[in-house]
Amino acid sequence: MTRDEIKTIALQELIGVAADLAGETIPGDAQLRDEFDLDSMDILNWVSALHKRLGVDIPELDYPRLVSLDATADYLLERL
Amino acid sequence: MSRLYRMPSLGSDMEAGTLIEWVRQPGDRLAKGDVIAVIETQKGAIEVEVFHDAVMGRPLIQVGDKVPVGSPMAELEDASAAPALRPATGIPATHAPEPGPAVAEAGTRTSERIADQAGHRIGHRAGTGTAAQRRRASPAARRLADARGIALDAIEGSGPRGAVVLADVHAATGTTPTTEAASPPRGHLDLAAMRQAIAAAMSRSKREIPHYYLSHDIDLTAATDWLTARNAQLPPDQRLLLGALLIKAVALSLDKFPELNGFDRDGHFEPAQGVHIGCATAIRGGGLVAPALHDADQLQLPTLMTRLRDLVGRVRSGGLRASELSDPTITVSSLGERGVDRLYGIIYPPQVAIVGFGTPALRPWVQDGQVVPRNIVTATLSADHRHSDGHRGALFLARVGQRLQEPDTL
Repeated sequence: MTRDEIKTIALQELIGVAADLAGETIPGDAQLRDEFDLDSMDILNWVSALHKRLGVDIPELDYPRLVSLDATADYLLERL
Repeated sequence: MSRLYRMPSLGSDMEAGTLIEWVRQPGDRLAKGDVIAVIETQKGAIEVEVFHDAVMGRPLIQVGDKVPVGSPMAELEDASAAPALRPATGIPATHAPEPGPAVAEAGTRTSERIADQAGHRIGHRAGTGTAAQRRRASPAARRLADARGIALDAIEGSGPRGAVVLADVHAATGTTPTTEAASPPRGHLDLAAMRQAIAAAMSRSKREIPHYYLSHDIDLTAATDWLTARNAQLPPDQRLLLGALLIKAVALSLDKFPELNGFDRDGHFEPAQGVHIGCATAIRGGGLVAPALHDADQLQLPTLMTRLRDLVGRVRSGGLRASELSDPTITVSSLGERGVDRLYGIIYPPQVAIVGFGTPALRPWVQDGQVVPRNIVTATLSADHRHSDGHRGALFLARVGQRLQEPDTL
């Protein structure tokens, strides 16, 4: 799986858990928590969805690395 | 005997509601708690329930009608006398379901109720599936279709029992979530109307309720250590958030402080029967809703967490129940990870108390005569001085702090 494919999946799953963001343009480097107001519940739901979709274990300690779509793609690429 | 189903009040700030759809049809059997209709309020699209067993009778208002709280919406027939009464209701034959399917429905309804109680939902706003009915669709799909000006009937549904889901709307419009233009699909969540509702409720609160305020710093280190160790062993969908622990600690602490858990009724205090925590949930773009997490004191943490996830999800995507809006007996508001030290809550009438939690942070703390860094949260209580005093409120907040020192007992 390429980084771009992973990034696309990360975006799809983000919209899946935060449906009200459907329609937003989310730049790859946007700070998700600050710019799109993701809270800990959103992050947890997103991590759950990514875990299910990709089978990647994402420990709680690594949540801070999921700051943007780009950073998340990099992180997941490492873990796959 | 027929009775009337009236527009329910979903809070002291609600004056009227607009019928979005009849979930049930004339002749349908309704058990207490079944959803009968979806109405639009200032808090979004809400599923409203019946309060006793009945059979749906003649509708008295139409989809799109806006009526004041208390106005008749439909006739309800006596559950026992129903079959004989049905032909007399004057409903066109095309709307009258055959007895067979109606009986078959009962099983489905029961399983849905059980699923609801387990914290799961089967589909959204279930209709009963005759062709003459309004189209089944998820709230998000309905909003998006509205925003795009597409009729739901024109869309092929791929969801449960043919319901139109978000992906179907995207397919119908030739858009995907990644390419569409920036226009938040918020049709039924009118943020301006919600702002008015908040303004009305909070103005009333500040006008009528003599608040007193207390603040208490709580060492959360034990709780967060316990949480971290527990979550490290679990897949993400079983992990707990700190917010769930805070809610549970408040719920458990109320048992000795009934004067904080209940309602002001014209100046008199009415203690609540259960502990239904209103969980203040922010909505992206502004506004908030604080729906009830029912019987929070009785729930094991994993169940409480599942319910909380479900509740927050439905605040943001639609599908809250009327009972969830009208039942909270006390509110808990947490600022979460990205906030400030403390919040001073304003009581949501007719409740009499609100507990606030600021953002936990490492702060210097004196322990055994030494200054050490500990993870501290500031808890606050705003309570109605007509019904409780600062002394009792202080004991309550202290108890919440004590409970959080023993997270494995929550």
